[in-house]
Amino acid sequence: MSGENDGLLGRGNRDGARLFREWFDGLTAHAEAGGGAAYVFVMGSLGELLRTFDLPLVFPEINSLQTAVRHQAHEYLNEAEDIGYSPDICGYVKADVATQRRGGLLPMGRIPRPSIAVLTNACNTYIKWAEIWERMYHMPSYVLDIPGTREAGGQTWRGDGGFERDRSYVTAQLRELIGVLEGVTGKRFDIDRLRETMSHANRMSRSWKRVLELNRSRPAPFNALSDGTIYLGVCNGFRGDERGARYFEDLVEEMEAKRDRGLGTLTDEQFRLVFVGVPCYPIFRRFNEMFMEHGGTFVHSTYLWFASGGANMGWEYDLANPVESLAEGLLVGVRDAMDSMFFQTQALARMIDEHAVDGIVFHPIKSCRTVSTGLADNRRALMALRDIPSLYIESDMMDKRVVSEAQLKNRIDAFFEGLRSRRLQLAAGR
Amino acid sequence: MNRQPVFPEWQGRDLDGMLAACQELLEDTDFPTVRRWREAGGKVVGHFQVYFPEEIAHAAGLLPFKVRGAPIEPKHADSHFGSYLCSILKSSLELALSGRVTLDLFVSHPICDAARNLAAVWGRNASHPCQILYLPQNAASPSARTYLRGEYARLRDVIASIAGREVTDERLRASIEIFNDNRLLLRQLYALKRETPWRVAAHEAYMLTAIAGLIPREEHNALLHAVLPLLEQREGRPQDRIRVVFEGGFCEQPPFDLIRAIGRSCYVVDDDLLIGLRWILSDVPLTGDPLDRLAEAYLEGSSYSPVQHDPRKPKEKMLLERVRAADARAVIVAAAKMCEPGLEEQVAYVHALDEARVPYFVTEFEEGMTSFDQLEIQLETFIENLLFAEEVAS
Repeated sequence: MSGENDGLLGRGNRDGARLFREWFDGLTAHAEAGGGAAYVFVMGSLGELLRTFDLPLVFPEINSLQTAVRHQAHEYLNEAEDIGYSPDICGYVKADVATQRRGGLLPMGRIPRPSIAVLTNACNTYIKWAEIWERMYHMPSYVLDIPGTREAGGQTWRGDGGFERDRSYVTAQLRELIGVLEGVTGKRFDIDRLRETMSHANRMSRSWKRVLELNRSRPAPFNALSDGTIYLGVCNGFRGDERGARYFEDLVEEMEAKRDRGLGTLTDEQFRLVFVGVPCYPIFRRFNEMFMEHGGTFVHSTYLWFASGGANMGWEYDLANPVESLAEGLLVGVRDAMDSMFFQTQALARMIDEHAVDGIVFHPIKSCRTVSTGLADNRRALMALRDIPSLYIESDMMDKRVVSEAQLKNRIDAFFEGLRSRRLQLAAGR
Repeated sequence: MNRQPVFPEWQGRDLDGMLAACQELLEDTDFPTVRRWREAGGKVVGHFQVYFPEEIAHAAGLLPFKVRGAPIEPKHADSHFGSYLCSILKSSLELALSGRVTLDLFVSHPICDAARNLAAVWGRNASHPCQILYLPQNAASPSARTYLRGEYARLRDVIASIAGREVTDERLRASIEIFNDNRLLLRQLYALKRETPWRVAAHEAYMLTAIAGLIPREEHNALLHAVLPLLEQREGRPQDRIRVVFEGGFCEQPPFDLIRAIGRSCYVVDDDLLIGLRWILSDVPLTGDPLDRLAEAYLEGSSYSPVQHDPRKPKEKMLLERVRAADARAVIVAAAKMCEPGLEEQVAYVHALDEARVPYFVTEFEEGMTSFDQLEIQLETFIENLLFAEEVAS
C-alpha cells in the first residue's frame, strides 16, 4: 500500500455526495418555484429523453431509501399505513405516499410535484405506484412496456424476428411518449439534444462497465454494497447528463489507480463476496460492518446490475439513429435488469468465476417481491451449479420492524465461521 | 375430436346431483379431469392466473388447465420460496412438484412481481417447457394490438410444436366459436345471479364458473346448457338480504367455504372471482385474422383487474360501475394476504366507495384458511348495521 493520496482516492465517494446534494438542492429550488418534474424509476428511467424537455428527474425509489438510511422511514411508513396502505406492500411506495402528503418534504429537501410519470414494467409495483400519483395529481403517466425474456436462456437479439417485433413495439411507444412529453412541457422535441444526452449516457455506460470489471482485482478497489450504492445514485440521477459521464470517467481513473497501487477498501480483504438482492437500508452502515468485521468485501452485486437500469452492460447508442437506438438500448437494458432478478443463476456463476468469489449472500426482503421471490430457488439452482458457500438472510429495505440485527449477526458470524473452516480444509487438502 | 368426457359425473342427475358433482370435482385437489385427459393421450397447457388466450391451446387440441393454486400444503414448493409471499404461488408450484398435475407446457404472465418470478422458478424445477407471455401493460397504446398479435403468434407456434399439429386459422376460429358460446353461458349465469340471486347461491355460481378451468370447454358448455335452465326454474323466494359485490378474487381464490359463508349472509350479485375466465365481455368475431381478433378483444372488449394497467379503465371507476350495474348495496373489498396489487388497489377502492357513499367491508383471505367464524361474525355485524340504517331511514 503506497499511502500517498493525490486527491484521487475517495474522490468517487466525495464527488458522488456532492452531486447528490446539488441534485437535491436543484429539486428543492424547483419545487419551491412551483415547477413540476418527471417521476421516474431506476429500471429504465429514460433520463436521456426527459432531459431534452428540461424536466427535472425525481426518483421516488431513491428518495424512499434515503428516509431509511436516515432512520426516518418508520414515520413515513406509519403515515401511509394510517390511511389504509397495508404493512405487507412495498415500503418505497408507502414512504412516497407519505412524502406526497407532506408536500414533497424529505430529509434531503423538497421534491417537486409530478408533471408526468414515466415508467417501465420492469417492476409491476412501478405501475401501481404511478396509478397512485394519477389519482393524487390527475397527471399523465406513461408505461413503457418492455417485453422481457420469455424463458431461461431465451434472449433474442437484433435480426431475430421476435426481437425485431419487440423493438418495433418499444420504438412505437417511444414515439408516442415523445408526443406526450411535447404536450406536457409545451416544447418541441429536439433530436440533436437527444443525441447529446445519449452521448453522455454512452460515456457513462462505457465507464460503469469498466468500473465493474475493475473490481475483479484483488483486493477489490470498492465495496459493491457501500461504495456501489453511491455510484448507483449518480448513475441514475445523472444519466444523460455531462456531469454523470465525467463522474464515471473519473471513477474509472480512481479505480485503475487503486488497482495499480494494490489498494482495496477499508477492509483487510479476507473473503470476496457477492450480494444478491436489495440492501438493508434501515441499518445500512451496520449491515455492511457485520461483514467487514470478518474481512468480507462485497466485490459485486446484482443490485449494481438491475438498479443501474442495464447500464452495466456498457450498451452504447447509435447516435445516427437516436430514437430507434434508444428503443433498442431500453429493450436490451431493461430486459437485462429483469433477467438479473428472474434468470440470474448463470450470471451469478459467471460472477463467481470472474470475480474469484468466496461466498454469496442472498438477501430477500419483505418489501420487494420483484427481487426477492425467486432468491430461494435461485440459490438452490446455483448450489447445484457451483460448490460455493452461501448465506440466506431475510430483512427489509425500509421497515425496521422486520430487521433483527442480532439475528442477522448470528447468521453472518456463523457464515464466516463456515468460510474460514472451508478455507482451512481446502488448505489441508481435504 | 371424439373423446370420452373427462367429467361425466354430472350427467343424468338432477340439479342437486349436478351441483354436488361439480363441488366434488372443484374440491378434489388431485385434479382428476386433468389426469383422465392425459390417460386418454391428451396434452395439457397449464396457464397461471389471470387471463390466458385459451383458444390457442384448444385449437391445438390441448387442454388449457387454469393454474390457480389449491388449498394444499406446499410440502415440496415451500423450500423454493422465501417468506412474505402469497399462497397461490407456492400451492401452484406444489401442484407440479407433487405430481398432482402433469403438464406439457406452463405459461405465466407477469401479472405481479411475485408471479413474474414464478415462470423462472417453475422452469428451473420442471422438465416441461415454461414460457412467459408478456401481455401488454401499455394497453392504451395504438401499438399494443400489433405487438399482442405477434405475441399470440409466437405462443401459437410454441403450442403447435408441443401438440405436433398445425394451429390453422380455421381451427382457431372453431375454438373461438366454442369459447364464445362459453362466454355467453357465463354471462347468463352471472345475469341470473344478478337478477335472481335466490336461485343461485354465491358458491354455486362460483363452482360452475371455476370448472371451466378444469375441463374441455365443450364439456363445460354442455354442463351449463343443462344447469342454467334448471337454475332458472328453481323454486325460491327473494329474502331480505343485502346485495353485495365481492371484489378481490382476480388471482388467488378465497376458500370455497368462505364464499359459501359470505353467501349465507348476503346476496353476492357480482364479483371478480376468476375474472380471467370472463375477461372478454362479448363475442370475438369469427371473421378476419383470428389472432388479431383475440388481441383486439383482450385490449378493447375486456373487463378490468388490478393487474392490468389501462388508463381507459380506472379500476375504482370500474368497480363503481360494477356496483351500479348489479344494483348492489355494498361491497366486500377483499385481498389475498401478501398480494401486492390487491392490497394496493384496496386503498383506491375504499376511497372511491367513501366518496360515492357506498358501504364496504374490508377483509383479507388466504386459500388455505379453514376458520371463518370471526370473519362471518364481522360480516354479519356489517350487514346488520346496513339493515338497521335502512330501517331507520325508512
